[in-house]
Amino acid sequence: MKYTQGKYIIIQKAAIARNIYSFTISCPEIARIAVPGQFVHIRADGFTLRRPVSICGIDPKKGSLRIVFEIRGEGTSAISRLNEGDVIDMLAPLGHGFTIDPDFEKVVLIGGGIGTPPMLPLAWIYGKKAVAISGFRNASAVILQEDFAGTGAETILCTDDGSAGIHGFVTQPLENLVKSGKIDAVFACGPAPMLKNVAAICSKNNIFCEISLEERMACGIGACLGCACKTKRNDEEYFAHVCKDGPVFNAEEVLW
Amino acid sequence: MADLSVKICDVDFKNPIIPASGVFGYGREYEELFPLSKLGGIATKGTTLNRRTGNLSPRIAETPAGMLNSVGLQNPGIDHFIEKELPYLLTKDVTILANIAGSTAEECVKVAEKLEKTDVHMIELNISCPNVKQGGAAFGTSCETAAEVTRQVRKATTKPLIVKLSPNVTSIADIARSVEDAGADAVSLINTLLGMRIDINTGRPILRNNVGGMSGPAVFPIAVRMVWQVANAVKIPVIGMGGVSSGHDAIELMMAGASAVQVGAAIFTDPFAPVRIVEEINDFLDSKGISSVNEIIGSVNPW
Repeated sequence: MKYTQGKYIIIQKAAIARNIYSFTISCPEIARIAVPGQFVHIRADGFTLRRPVSICGIDPKKGSLRIVFEIRGEGTSAISRLNEGDVIDMLAPLGHGFTIDPDFEKVVLIGGGIGTPPMLPLAWIYGKKAVAISGFRNASAVILQEDFAGTGAETILCTDDGSAGIHGFVTQPLENLVKSGKIDAVFACGPAPMLKNVAAICSKNNIFCEISLEERMACGIGACLGCACKTKRNDEEYFAHVCKDGPVFNAEEVLW
Repeated sequence: MADLSVKICDVDFKNPIIPASGVFGYGREYEELFPLSKLGGIATKGTTLNRRTGNLSPRIAETPAGMLNSVGLQNPGIDHFIEKELPYLLTKDVTILANIAGSTAEECVKVAEKLEKTDVHMIELNISCPNVKQGGAAFGTSCETAAEVTRQVRKATTKPLIVKLSPNVTSIADIARSVEDAGADAVSLINTLLGMRIDINTGRPILRNNVGGMSGPAVFPIAVRMVWQVANAVKIPVIGMGGVSSGHDAIELMMAGASAVQVGAAIFTDPFAPVRIVEEINDFLDSKGISSVNEIIGSVNPW
């Protein structure tokens, strides 16, 4: 089984910042096979299209997944009104995840805003080998910093307005890390301008870089070809699909 | 258990439910969820002579009770379909409708000729795609061009030929009569309705193509009306589609005159929709003591 669809019970719900919710969901068959970087496709009651949400935590022993999402519109608002004990309809786990390589000695995880949650499962895997850089608009939007610290990863917090952590973008600490020593890989998820800048820094310094992309999506499994993303493979331009070929892509393949 | 089998142009379908072209790819992704043999048929992704890259993103937008798409016929080309996808699909005990499209009538003819040597069961000629600049809907919006492309493809194939009609016309019944006269063995309708959404914060259309095809439950009553009008206008079978999301909807379209029903956007909401709809049709027929689904086709008793 690569993915399945069903209704699963929400066992924990928390509002963790303004308009940002955390759900822990009991779904043993999905938790057993999910990998960092994959996503779940959630049915929003009353809407035609499901909403893709990245996976923020995978606990195969407890048989649960954690998702953290932001209310972006009416669909995510409907999902946010679900409560503990309610069922959530998910098609999951979907997509192609991040590279897990035990030979990597030092990796940098970069999350921007609501792109931060999918970096947490990677932090659990890389632990002390990881530096987790998170960037937010301001202090009230900061999420998951204690979770990252709990994985053993070094954490660096940035805010656009300086109300928490470093005043500035995530690319500043990344540049500093690049100067201070060897980095085996950079993994990132966040707004497109951030990803583009991260990809450029990695490309210039010859660092392996994977980024997780977002696109308006319909089927979620690669059938409808709705979530196209321009990529280059073997020197040929090609519309890959975020749901199946991604959401994680090698940064070198993405054409901005 | 009622008899759900239907026959269209002498081709057998074990039940009347067919995932519509474009939502189902070539079937592989959904086979992860259920056996394809549970379906009556599969209308494969619209395929052109050569590979097409499709439109820029965003290609998808949500609408009240529906959605817009502007995929733009991204497909790997007919040779890839014949070599890599069709042989696999033909092992699945399900009727295959190869949906084909082209920028010109000549292209449609060449694609049909290539399929002639295969074992595909039927050809569904798309003269109604709203998302490509040439061909597509341009063929489907006048009786003359619809008839001409049908006539040319008819000459190129002995396979049962279904022509898929656009709803973006003044009289779909007139178009249906034109393609019937030009040699179509069946018609399928409705393709998507041309729509548009604008992001009011940026002033930009949500779709990069500006406009796209609307589908989903919102278009269902239009589909019922058009299927009914076309079924009354032609003698060839009608395959209905447009916003079907339940067994109730499928039965309604069949009462309006559809011999089979395609399911599109509903599969995005519920990936098991086609399989569920087959079960719901059966439950309805059993509850009414109707022994065969054929009894409901065109059975509406209009005022």
